[in-house]
Amino acid sequence: MKKIAVIGGGIAGLEVSRLLLQEGLPVTLIEKGSRLGGNLRNYAHLFPDFTPSDEILGNYRFLPSNSDLQLLMNTQIESIDFSTQPYTLHSKDGIAIPADPLIIATGYQVFDAKLKEEFGYGIYDGVITSVELEKMIKQHHIVTPYGKIPRRIAFIHCVGSRDAKVGNSYCSRLCCITAIKQAIETKKLLPETEIFCFYIDLRMYGLTFEELYLNAQKEYNIQFVRGRLSETSEMIDKRLIIKAEDTLIGRPLQMKADMLVLMVGMEASDFSKQFAYHNGLEIGDHGFFQPLNQFNARSKSQKEGIFFAGTSIGPMSVAETIEHARAAALSAISYLKDKEY
Amino acid sequence: MSTFDFLKVRRLYIDYDNLDQELLNEVIREEPSFQWCISCGCCTATCSAGNHTTFNIRRISLILRRGEIEGLEEELKKCMLCGKCTLVCPRDIQLRNVVMNIKKIVLKKKTA
Repeated sequence: MKKIAVIGGGIAGLEVSRLLLQEGLPVTLIEKGSRLGGNLRNYAHLFPDFTPSDEILGNYRFLPSNSDLQLLMNTQIESIDFSTQPYTLHSKDGIAIPADPLIIATGYQVFDAKLKEEFGYGIYDGVITSVELEKMIKQHHIVTPYGKIPRRIAFIHCVGSRDAKVGNSYCSRLCCITAIKQAIETKKLLPETEIFCFYIDLRMYGLTFEELYLNAQKEYNIQFVRGRLSETSEMIDKRLIIKAEDTLIGRPLQMKADMLVLMVGMEASDFSKQFAYHNGLEIGDHGFFQPLNQFNARSKSQKEGIFFAGTSIGPMSVAETIEHARAAALSAISYLKDKEY
Repeated sequence: MSTFDFLKVRRLYIDYDNLDQELLNEVIREEPSFQWCISCGCCTATCSAGNHTTFNIRRISLILRRGEIEGLEEELKKCMLCGKCTLVCPRDIQLRNVVMNIKKIVLKKKTA
């Protein structure tokens, strides 16, 4: 009987499965949607070196044809029965799947920008999210909703992150560098367009991130304004007016822009939260799954035989997700070894 | 001798070792959220008074922290207490209450 179960067919779930299969262990991979690859499919290129995301996804190309893999697509898990050994997962459609160990790789969702009403998303057409811009970048075609080439674009950092008013007080970490990546890509496609980034703090935490930031200033003339967006309004010609404070000058600032890109942060997915709630799994203050500790057991849960991989425990880059997934696979393998003796 | 005011040497640097933090501490006691500011400037951008005068609500926090409280009372008179700053603050700081408290404490000191 195939016993190891992985929930989530994003890169975390794929990487865990790949490693376990490589070790000769059969895996059941469960995905609620109809495609593998998860949120990574929404991104054309990855920071900091513009690697095409298809290159990363391509690593898992042959995974579905592995005979040791049981792939369950369009399968949404609702509950875990802890009374059985191995545990039993029950899907919405009534399928029962044995799981020992269980690896939870249920990922994240981006913040719903509509909740920041004052930013104008869903109200003014010129306000888009970073996910929507990424699609335009992928198609090499960046236009306003009215089919015009935007002459000025403002990127707004920290949308739905570091914001107590929407309940996400944590920093989502990846949006700063994503904004710079997207600003550069936009400038490459539209060299005449002016680009401004509105930030509170620029968190260039990766080894080469600071270089990209410098490059954005040096080669692409991208402007950085230290101030958080306060409100957006629209003019009769559908251009946007944004208000912020230029905090380094110390005066309020107004700017007209053709397009506003909201850098939406990562948050725990609704599915993860509900799944945790209904099955008594511990979630932390920020809505993500709570690992056993933050140092040497980041892929372990409080429950025996249940592990976490990837952004189900908090915001992570693609590289970090893959590393964390490997750690989860290793934890699962040593758990199985311990059981044998 | 007020005509010779220009001869008075004004400190050009923030003298961190001789800060007057009495007012700051009292405000924090009344409204602890005042400590959590990250200077994002949302409050100032949306401020009704700040769009028509030189009033800068964000700087009030810094001014208090650095003990530069001279002229603070006069500055606070520009605030209309509309509360928009409190509405937009991502750190959920009760800014309107901060302004009310500074006014109250300054007044109490004067009448004491």
